[in-house]
Amino acid sequence: MLKQKGQGVKKGALLGIATALAIVGATAVYLHSHTVAVMSPSGIVAEKERHLIIIALLLSAIVVLPVYVLTILIALTYRETNKKSKKYRPEWDHSWLLETVWWAIPITIIGILSVITWQSSHALDPYQPLSSSVKPVDVQVIALDWKWLFIYPAQHIASVNMLELPVNTPINFSITSDSVMNSFWIPSLGSQIYAMPGMSSQLHLMANKTGNFTGSPANISGKGFADMLFTTKAVNQQAFNSWTDSVKHGSRYLDLTAYHNLAKPGTISAPQYYSNVEGGLYNYTVMQYMGDM
Amino acid sequence: MLGLFAGFLGRLTLDQLPHNPVTAGAAASMVLIVIAGIIAMTYFKKWRWLWDEWLTTTNHKRIGVMYIIVALVMLLRGLADALMMRAQQATAASPSHGLMSPEMFQQVFSAHGTIMIFFVGMGLMFGIINLVLPQGLGARDVAFPFLNATSFWLFTAGMLLINMSLVIGEFSAAGWLAYPPLSELKYSPGVGVDYWIWSLQIAGIGSLLSGINFMTTILKMRAPGMSMMKIPMFAWNVFGSMVLVAFAFPILTVTLTLLYLDRAFGMHFFTAGGGGNAMMYVNLIWAWGHPEVYILVLPAFGVFSEIVPTFSRKRLFGYTSMVYATWGIVFLSFIVWLHHFFTMGAGADVNAFFGIMTMAIAIPTGVKIFNWLFTMYQGQIRFTSPMVWFLGFVFLFTIGGVTGVLMAVPAIDYQVHNSLFLVAHFHNMIISGVVFGFFAGLTYWFPKIFGFRLNERIGKYAAYCWIGGFALAFFPLYILGLMGATRRLDHYDASLGWQPLFIVAGIGAMIIALGVGLQILQLIVSIFQRNNNRDLTGDPWNARTLEWATSSPPPEYNFATIPLVTERDAFWVAKQKGTKTIPSHDYHPIQVAKNTSSGIFIGVASFIAAFGFVWHIWWLVLLALAGALATIFYQTLREDEAGERTIPAAEIAATEAAFRKQKEAA
Amino acid sequence: MSDIATNNAAVLAEQQTNDGKTLFGFWAYIMTDCLLFASLFATYAVLHGNTAGGESGRDLFSLPYILVETFALLTSSFTCGLAMLAANRHAKRQTALWLGITFALGLVFLVMELTEFGRLAREGNGWQRSGFLSSYFTLVGTHGLHITIGLVWMAALASRVWLKGFTRATLRRLSMFSLFWHFLDIVWIFIFTIVYMLGAA
Repeated sequence: MLKQKGQGVKKGALLGIATALAIVGATAVYLHSHTVAVMSPSGIVAEKERHLIIIALLLSAIVVLPVYVLTILIALTYRETNKKSKKYRPEWDHSWLLETVWWAIPITIIGILSVITWQSSHALDPYQPLSSSVKPVDVQVIALDWKWLFIYPAQHIASVNMLELPVNTPINFSITSDSVMNSFWIPSLGSQIYAMPGMSSQLHLMANKTGNFTGSPANISGKGFADMLFTTKAVNQQAFNSWTDSVKHGSRYLDLTAYHNLAKPGTISAPQYYSNVEGGLYNYTVMQYMGDM
Repeated sequence: MLGLFAGFLGRLTLDQLPHNPVTAGAAASMVLIVIAGIIAMTYFKKWRWLWDEWLTTTNHKRIGVMYIIVALVMLLRGLADALMMRAQQATAASPSHGLMSPEMFQQVFSAHGTIMIFFVGMGLMFGIINLVLPQGLGARDVAFPFLNATSFWLFTAGMLLINMSLVIGEFSAAGWLAYPPLSELKYSPGVGVDYWIWSLQIAGIGSLLSGINFMTTILKMRAPGMSMMKIPMFAWNVFGSMVLVAFAFPILTVTLTLLYLDRAFGMHFFTAGGGGNAMMYVNLIWAWGHPEVYILVLPAFGVFSEIVPTFSRKRLFGYTSMVYATWGIVFLSFIVWLHHFFTMGAGADVNAFFGIMTMAIAIPTGVKIFNWLFTMYQGQIRFTSPMVWFLGFVFLFTIGGVTGVLMAVPAIDYQVHNSLFLVAHFHNMIISGVVFGFFAGLTYWFPKIFGFRLNERIGKYAAYCWIGGFALAFFPLYILGLMGATRRLDHYDASLGWQPLFIVAGIGAMIIALGVGLQILQLIVSIFQRNNNRDLTGDPWNARTLEWATSSPPPEYNFATIPLVTERDAFWVAKQKGTKTIPSHDYHPIQVAKNTSSGIFIGVASFIAAFGFVWHIWWLVLLALAGALATIFYQTLREDEAGERTIPAAEIAATEAAFRKQKEAA
Repeated sequence: MSDIATNNAAVLAEQQTNDGKTLFGFWAYIMTDCLLFASLFATYAVLHGNTAGGESGRDLFSLPYILVETFALLTSSFTCGLAMLAANRHAKRQTALWLGITFALGLVFLVMELTEFGRLAREGNGWQRSGFLSSYFTLVGTHGLHITIGLVWMAALASRVWLKGFTRATLRRLSMFSLFWHFLDIVWIFIFTIVYMLGAA
């Protein structure tokens, strides 16, 4: 009976391992044909953040791998049904050496990670401008229900749900919301930051590759929130200039009336562009909530 | 005349009954089940029994069983919500909009999170603590039995209220934590958020009272000789958890109240504009919210600390180290809350500080895992189903811990905050930590409470389904998060290529559902097989702590004579020395707390008051609160006169003699 | 675990005095109430400058008025202490008398506070006006609500003492009540300092 049971366990374990391998294989195939934005970044900020992920994973592995190995070894060796003779020390419950090891090593690893954390929190602070010789482009972002308004104050143009950016140029984002809390996130390029009514958040990103990248609304903002996935298009400087020019020649103005219409709850099916934007619209939006605070 | 009645029922009107067929169907089936239950009780003439034995009880063992029943019923509802969510996300690749509207999806995930944390997690936790803690300490009951009953009825009232939202009105669509301004009146004008506020408010007060109760029990009701360093490790973990409850839940009470004041009385705590500060809410709610997750997981760790030594036939390794680790976790859990909103822009210094404190918690947690492993080392391990849950925990929880350390680095969190990576991480911690721990505990202590063991084989299959199902349901979410999938999306563009992963996750959820089905089967089969699996000795696992010295189930008073304790694992030591563990002489009459209907009345009154708060029926609120106050006053009068009942010595002698006979024969 | 010994006598004695655990439990409750007020203070600290263009503490608070309120409440704490001393001597009349005076002083405090609230509301400075006023009314109002509950409790206890005398349970409850009343006093001192004195400055 016990032999059969042992064989059953072996069969089960083999089946489990086979299934796991099959799943891992399928995952590998999937990953080969799909981009994982955070791990295949297209911007300098995201690149640094990916680097951090890898370092943190390696440091964690120092603890995790021994845990896995130990668990398997101990479980197999000391199981009751293991007929090989082994030591049984039912009263042994303390070892200064072991305690020192498993307090000290994690403390050391966390210590190293803490230093990395301190440094990276400052280096990758969203409010920190990126160092570059290229002149930055300013973009003001207003989260609405349920669309993103992107204002380019220097070019006096605006677009809704389509963010076109020049590559290898630092972008200075100022972000707010004219409704509830949201979060502005372009994973291929890097960090997200919350968009809050009555507040102006700052974010600094740079695209280092041309292409189309998905942007996400990373905080639930109501019924139409899933329609706020937007596209970021990174193009070379020439293409960017011709784009801004063509938008400037459009016929839609974003004055206050048009803005209030846009801000009404609802979604839009295709990106919209505005050739002329009311001056100070972004500041007006932020200040609305401040009253005489 | 009509003017008099306008406002009589506040905002409540007939068209608040559900219109949507799915909701109406769910509500109707719930109501039908309740009606069927009422009919059955009447037909079998069990009302008297239900009232006397269960609804008015103050005994911790009965209260524990009731908590667990409510929690497991809510688990089914939370799981149904989860399956709906997975189904939606697996099918909603554009142009398809899946199976439900965004509003419905948003209510479903809000209900899912709220139910799982407050009613399943807290319910299972308080249930197991009730069942086990007093006996492990050598006590007869908790410090305040009436308060214990009241806590349970407040918990149940909260549960009823959240289910009421399915029948009349709607539920919140603002997520399980309802951030303003979305949860303010302007953006959530219906009753949904109010239902959320009040079911949590009532359940929260119940939890707070339990926190005080269990803290007092541990500090004041240990058996003589049981110093703090001799209590079961489970009790240490419960102690830490209850300290967290006492410190954190008042913050929740305040925060929920302030949000309600904004919504119902036009105040400006968290509104956008008017001098409100929505970030204040985020800080307050997470100052409660982070300790909450440690409140849930510490007792689960405590369960493992009982199970691993028993099934390794060896002392728990590093008891003192474990105590320090527990208090390290308790202390640190108060100074990490900001890691839930690194992306709100607090600045590099603040973010870095909280990040470092967060990753520090990994240290004591890791210490616990190593101590468990070395308890197994050079022991004699039996792989019963509780141990299968434990092993599943070790492998899966470690992964969750790693992803937690990753997100503790603010710069990494800037990428994965609020993505499905985060969702996978916290489910990783809660399922493989809290849920596996409590399932292991339920299996382990089931024979003690009910007198027979659960079917081991089906139990193991259920565990395998949960372990495999979890991996399949949540590892794809880690990948999706890294691909840029934010949480709570009800649909997405097919061109993003996310759908295959959502489908795999859906399959994983179904395997978990299969696991739950097997657990239900396990219960049914075990009940049928109970005569073959009776626990006649009171100690079916050859365990170590005092609760195993009593019969299964224990007598009402637990211990005929309170044991005098001289060391840890007192019961094990007594067995090794051959000491008698059943007293054979010197019986004294024992006082136990009387049954009382006050607990259930306070629960009912709270439910009615909360319902009134939700619908703005102010006269109902006042009436119900007055009723609750009157009940409390009446209860205190009663306690003066005759709050306790005496069990005569002769009866005790007979009970103990019967147990001794049964144990010797076994 | 000794030969399950005859420790019953000691245990019985301990069981009879459940005063120890009840008082401890009440202290634990007071600690949670502390946290409740701490959260309200934190909220007030964040919002006290958010007047939304309206008036601030400096314009609204009248320190002399608050001083009278404070005097009433602090004196009531003193008379509560006298009531407890009388209770420990089992002096029924004295206890009832001092409790009555405590009640009256507490009532004065409450009426003055409600009057001030009413005045503010009528002037257009109600709790809906701004974040500052919402947090002010809620912090001070929560304290007032605790005082109200204290008054009801006090009345119930006083009548208990008068009708039933000094049972073990009543003495225990008087201890808990006086703990509660003194605690509310301490909270008021914080409110007085942080809200009124710093606000009117």
